[in-house]
Amino acid sequence: MLRTPKFVVTGGLALLFLFPLAWASIASVSPQAGTKQVHGWGFGNYTTLAHYQAGIGQYLLNSAAVSLMTVLFTLAVSLLGGYAFATFTFPGKNLLFLVTLAILMVPYATLLIPLYVLLNQLGLQNSLVGLSLVLTMFQLPFATFLMRISFEAVPKDLAESAQVDGCGSFRTLRHILVPAVKPGLITVGLFAFLAAWNDFITPLVLISDSAKLPLPLAVANMRQQVMGIVDYGATEAGVVVLALPCIVLFLALQRHYVRGFMSGALKG
Amino acid sequence: MTTLQSRAEVATLSRARRRRPARQGWVYAAPTAVFVVIFFVIPIGIVARMSVSDWGLFAGYRGINAPKNFTDVLDDRLFWPAVGFTVKYTLVTTVILLALALGLALLVQESNRWTGFLRTSFLVPSALGLASASLLFYALYSPQSSPFGEVSFLGTPSSALWSTVALIVWRYSGFYMLLLLVGLQGIPGDVYEAARLDGAGRFQTFWHVTVPLIRSSLALCTILCVTGSLLAFDQFYILTKGGPDNSTITIVQLIYNMAFQGQNNLGRAAALSILVLLGLLVLNIAQFRGLRGKEES
Repeated sequence: MLRTPKFVVTGGLALLFLFPLAWASIASVSPQAGTKQVHGWGFGNYTTLAHYQAGIGQYLLNSAAVSLMTVLFTLAVSLLGGYAFATFTFPGKNLLFLVTLAILMVPYATLLIPLYVLLNQLGLQNSLVGLSLVLTMFQLPFATFLMRISFEAVPKDLAESAQVDGCGSFRTLRHILVPAVKPGLITVGLFAFLAAWNDFITPLVLISDSAKLPLPLAVANMRQQVMGIVDYGATEAGVVVLALPCIVLFLALQRHYVRGFMSGALKG
Repeated sequence: MTTLQSRAEVATLSRARRRRPARQGWVYAAPTAVFVVIFFVIPIGIVARMSVSDWGLFAGYRGINAPKNFTDVLDDRLFWPAVGFTVKYTLVTTVILLALALGLALLVQESNRWTGFLRTSFLVPSALGLASASLLFYALYSPQSSPFGEVSFLGTPSSALWSTVALIVWRYSGFYMLLLLVGLQGIPGDVYEAARLDGAGRFQTFWHVTVPLIRSSLALCTILCVTGSLLAFDQFYILTKGGPDNSTITIVQLIYNMAFQGQNNLGRAAALSILVLLGLLVLNIAQFRGLRGKEES
C-alpha cells in the first residue's frame, strides 16, 4: 500500500530527467514555424543541418577525426606511461607523475591562451591534429592514473614468468599485460572519446577556419545564421545528432562504466 | 651518472631477481614526458611571461610592461561583477546539486530492476556534452520553440541564473549521484541495524550515521563541483552570452573576451588567468585541509 506513492514519485522524477531528451527528439521532426519543417512531420530540419555551410558531413568528419586521434594518442601514451610508472624505477619518476597529475589543477582557459600562441609557432594552428594533441594532454592525468593502477593490479607473477620464459619487456607488455589491463583501456578510451567529441572551448580558441570546426561549434554557430533569426528546428536536429552517439555508447557500456566507479578505483 | 646507476642497482636488487634498468623505464615514460613538457610545462612558462608583457592577439610580443596587465584587470569594470556572479553561481549550484544528488543516491541505493531503471534515467543526461546540453536547453527555453509557451527564461538576470542552474542540475546530478552511491555502498548493513536497535529514527540515522560515513565521497563531490562551477564557460557562452546587461559574465568568459573578443589583449587575459590559477590553488588547498581536518576530528 505504501509502495505505490513512492513508485509514482520516483517514476515522475525519472520522466523529468528524460523529458528534455524526448522533447528535443520529437521537436526536431515535428512541424514548427520559422524552420524548414513547417507542415507535417518529417526530416526537414535535418536537411537544413545537412546543407549548413560546409555541410554536416564535413563537421561530423572533423569531430570523428578529432575524437579518433585523441583516443589513439591517449591510449598509446597512457598505456606506455602507466606501464613505466607501475613497473619500473627510474630517476624523475615521481616528479613526472606529479606534474602529469598537476594538469588537473590548471584551468583550461589558463592553458589555452599560451597554447594558441605555441601551436602557431609549431605550424599547428587551425589544425585538427594540433587540436587532438591538446585534447590528449587534457586527458593524460586521468588516463595515466587509471593505467598505472590497472598495471599495479596485475599479479606480479604474470609478468615475471613471462620474463623467465625469455620475453623482453615490450613483448611482455604486448602479449601478457595488454590483455590484463583491457578494462582500464576501455574506460580510458571511452572517456577520451566523450571528452573530445563534446569539447567546446578548446576548438573555440584553437580553430578559426569554419570548414575545420567540430560539430558542437558548428551547431552553436548555426544559430546566428540568416539575419540573426535563429532556426530552432535545425538546432534541435543538431542536438540529436550530437547526443545520439554519446547516449548509444553510454547505454552500451553503462555496466562497465558504473562498475568502474563502484570497483573503488576512485574511493578514498 | 654513477649515482644514478647505483641507485638503479639498489632498486633492482631490492626487487630481487628482476633487472629493470632505469633507461627502459624512461623509454616507456618518454611519450608522457614529451606531451607534458610541450603542452603543459612550456605553456605555463609562456602564460607567466605573457602576463607581464604587452602582448596583442595579432601584434604579438611588444616588450615587458609589468605590472600593467594586473592593474588593468583589477580596474576592468566587469572584473568585480564577474567575480561576484561566479561566486554566487558556484554557491547556488553546489548546494542544490549536492543536495539533489544525495537524495537521488538514497532513492536508488538498493539494487533491483526499478532502481536500475531510475539510475539509468538519472545518468543518461551526463552522457551528453555540456555544450550539447546547453544547446538543447537554449531551444527548450526560447519562446519560439519552447513547450512552456511565452515564459521568459533568460530575460532577467535572476531568471537567467536560475535557468542555467536548472540546466546544470539536470546534466550533472546523475554523475554526482553515482559518486555518492560509491560512498553509500561502502557502509556495512550492520551499522544501520545497530542504529535501528538503538532506537534511532530515520532522520537521526541519516544525519548521525550515513552523512559521517560518506564524508570522503561528499568531500570529493564538493571539490569537483566548486572547481567546475568556478570555471563555468560553455553553458553561459551558449545560453546567455553573458547577458542580459552583462549580468551573467563568468570569470572564464571574461578571460575569453579579453583575449579573443574586442580587446584582443593576450597579456591582460594571461594576467587574469594567472590570478584564477592562484585563487583556485589557494581554495583547493583550503578545501582539502578543511575537509580532511573535519574527518580527523
